Amino acid sequence: MSVGTPRGLASSGQKPIAEILHPLSAAEEPLSVTVNLGGDKTTRVEFDLPEYCVWRRYQDFDWLRTKLEDSQPTHLIPPLPEKFVMKGVVDRFSEEFVETRMKALDKFLKRIADHPVLSFNPHLNAFLTAKDLNKRQGLALLTKVGESVKYVAGGYKLRARPAEFCAMGEYLDTFNQKLGTIDRIAQRILKEQSEYLTELREYGTVYSSWVGLEDELRRPLEGVAGCVTTCCGALEDLGENMSQDFLPVLREYVLYVESMKNVLRKRDQSQAEYEARLEAAILRKQEDRSPMPVEVEKCQDKVECFNADLKADWERWQSNKRQDFKQLLTGMADKNINHYEKCQAAWESLITLLQDKQTEDKTSETN
Amino acid sequence: MMADSGSNEEVAVIVNTDITSTESENNLINTMVERGTALLRKMEINVAEAEKRTGKNTVNMQETYTVYLIEIRPAETVPEGGTPATPDTLWRRYSEFELLRTYLLVTYPYIIIPPLPEKRAEFVWHKLAADNLDPDFVERRRVGLENFLLRVASHPVLSNDKIFFLFLTEVSTQVDSRLKSLSAMFRVKNPDKRFTALKHYSDELNTVISQLLRVRVKVADRLYGVYKVHGNYGRVFSEWSAIEKEMGDGLQSAGHHMDTYAASIDDILEEEEHYADQLKEYLFYTDAVRSVCRKHELIQYELEIVAQDLVHKKQQKEELATGTVRIFSLKGMTSKLFGQESQEQRESRLAALEQSIQEGEETLKEKNTECHEFVQTAWEDIERFKEQKDKDLREALISYAIMQISMCKKGIQVWSNAKECFNKM
Repeated sequence: MSVGTPRGLASSGQKPIAEILHPLSAAEEPLSVTVNLGGDKTTRVEFDLPEYCVWRRYQDFDWLRTKLEDSQPTHLIPPLPEKFVMKGVVDRFSEEFVETRMKALDKFLKRIADHPVLSFNPHLNAFLTAKDLNKRQGLALLTKVGESVKYVAGGYKLRARPAEFCAMGEYLDTFNQKLGTIDRIAQRILKEQSEYLTELREYGTVYSSWVGLEDELRRPLEGVAGCVTTCCGALEDLGENMSQDFLPVLREYVLYVESMKNVLRKRDQSQAEYEARLEAAILRKQEDRSPMPVEVEKCQDKVECFNADLKADWERWQSNKRQDFKQLLTGMADKNINHYEKCQAAWESLITLLQDKQTEDKTSETN
Repeated sequence: MMADSGSNEEVAVIVNTDITSTESENNLINTMVERGTALLRKMEINVAEAEKRTGKNTVNMQETYTVYLIEIRPAETVPEGGTPATPDTLWRRYSEFELLRTYLLVTYPYIIIPPLPEKRAEFVWHKLAADNLDPDFVERRRVGLENFLLRVASHPVLSNDKIFFLFLTEVSTQVDSRLKSLSAMFRVKNPDKRFTALKHYSDELNTVISQLLRVRVKVADRLYGVYKVHGNYGRVFSEWSAIEKEMGDGLQSAGHHMDTYAASIDDILEEEEHYADQLKEYLFYTDAVRSVCRKHELIQYELEIVAQDLVHKKQQKEELATGTVRIFSLKGMTSKLFGQESQEQRESRLAALEQSIQEGEETLKEKNTECHEFVQTAWEDIERFKEQKDKDLREALISYAIMQISMCKKGIQVWSNAKECFNKM
């Protein structure tokens, strides 16, 4: 299943495969998206039909994510694209914005569908199949607030975080930093290229204005002006590609890192809670020889589950990250190669044109 | 002067050989030699080296300047196993080239005299300082001066000039530096339409080339920025690779390619300077064309003055002969007021006028011939110049296209290499 225009992200065989339809933006809604579950490969029993076609807004995706976070706190939930966009700065109805958001939402759903645990979540099922999402938003909001309060107010002090989770935290911090740097570099390049483009355009017009003065040099000058124009177009395309495809993915990973750090914190919290309860229980045991309370054992289970889930998710995340960045960076290289190929072709055809003229002139001279 | 023809061994040389400019020099030389003047059939001319000197100038202050080595070799090929003839050499500084050019301007007013390379570094993109002692500037000037000498040596008329020959061969050459005033203000009544059109074209060409050179510099600056920022990818990929396991190697090597990419712009832009120089030559040529047009105007103006003067005298004679006053003159008025002059007086005045008219007619004939000859010879040279300009600029544009293609190929290469590294991530 996917959102928006066709983009193939690998989904493991068992999951439902989706078809992609272009979004329509209704007047009132910021984004309406068609989710179409399709294909003959549906082996999942919880889906009645092979195909579903539903309309969802961003709010609905947000609801889904919150639900997933609440119901599967030990797992890494993929991030959504940024919720708030400043009105007036970004045109929420512009094609580029809609397109970019659509791709991000598509990725979000695909990642969940790929996840061995999350893809079985009933909220996901509802999201993908129900005509109207009975969101009971008020309650959901309360629940969310409640949970976060619990974790903040929990305030248990963690004694010793296992080394592997420390390493995860450190990795995420450094990785986040590097992502930020790459984002800044990419933006700077875009800026420089845009300024270069401005000058290049003017450069082309000067050649065009020269044409009018000349006879023999008319064709070469027109040719050069034409090549410069072609190069301008190619550069424009490159810039567009970078800002539409490259930057959003970077930013998405920044959000991903944020949500992962959150999960790590929750893990810490549950470990701390367990340790505190254990300590309290031990003390009480010493006092009045009461058996280990069930809650403490439950806490221990919880922590162990959390750790296991997290480790598994971490591996999966690392693997996906590797794929994503490999794709992203090779994509960037491809776009640049493409840009140079277009320019080279233009200049080469100019030379052919001019050299033909030269041989033409020579033969007419000898005649 | 500072000439030291022959013994150069003890002198240290501070020149950097630029292969690409030599290649295009050779193309230029080949073109000019093809045109075959007697001079170039006899000798090969090079401006081989440049050197810094210090000395006292006219106001007795220490100054540093650059001198250029002119080398003359006989043009015949060396037989197998024979030693090549040692060249005749002498050192000249830029100001001496200027004097030579001024002499040519004065002596051949109807010829479009090839321009010199710029006196001061203009139209610089940010990397080059506007410094006359900067080695890159000196090198490009050396090429420009050689170009100038070759242009003169390949010109059908200029190549035969004796002073030019002495400039190349003799140390103590006096170059006449008297200048006729070329900036006189005057109005021509019947300008030759072709010259008016040519001056107009020349002015427009001057404007467009100046514009082009200015914008090219801005383009170069911006492109420099784009390439250099990519270097930052090199550093961040390297840092990032440190925290990765399988991705590390790919990232690290890709980073190196980004560094290569960033560094490649320096050579690319340096090569482009050659194209800028070719444009500049024609920018300066427009000044030379303009001055030929002005000289024509001057001659035309003088002709018109002489003709006008003659008409005036003829009218005076008629008046005197017939006694009618057609034009107002002080003489006419005074004779009305104070009485007629005597017969003798009138006759002597008539005779003087006759003489004057005859002389005037001679002068007019001479001026006419002068003008006519000027127009003919000038227009010959102008046609020659137009052909040269079309050919040279066309070749310059082609070589510019070739440079662009080379830049694209380099870009493709680097990004392909980077892509390979990314694929290994």
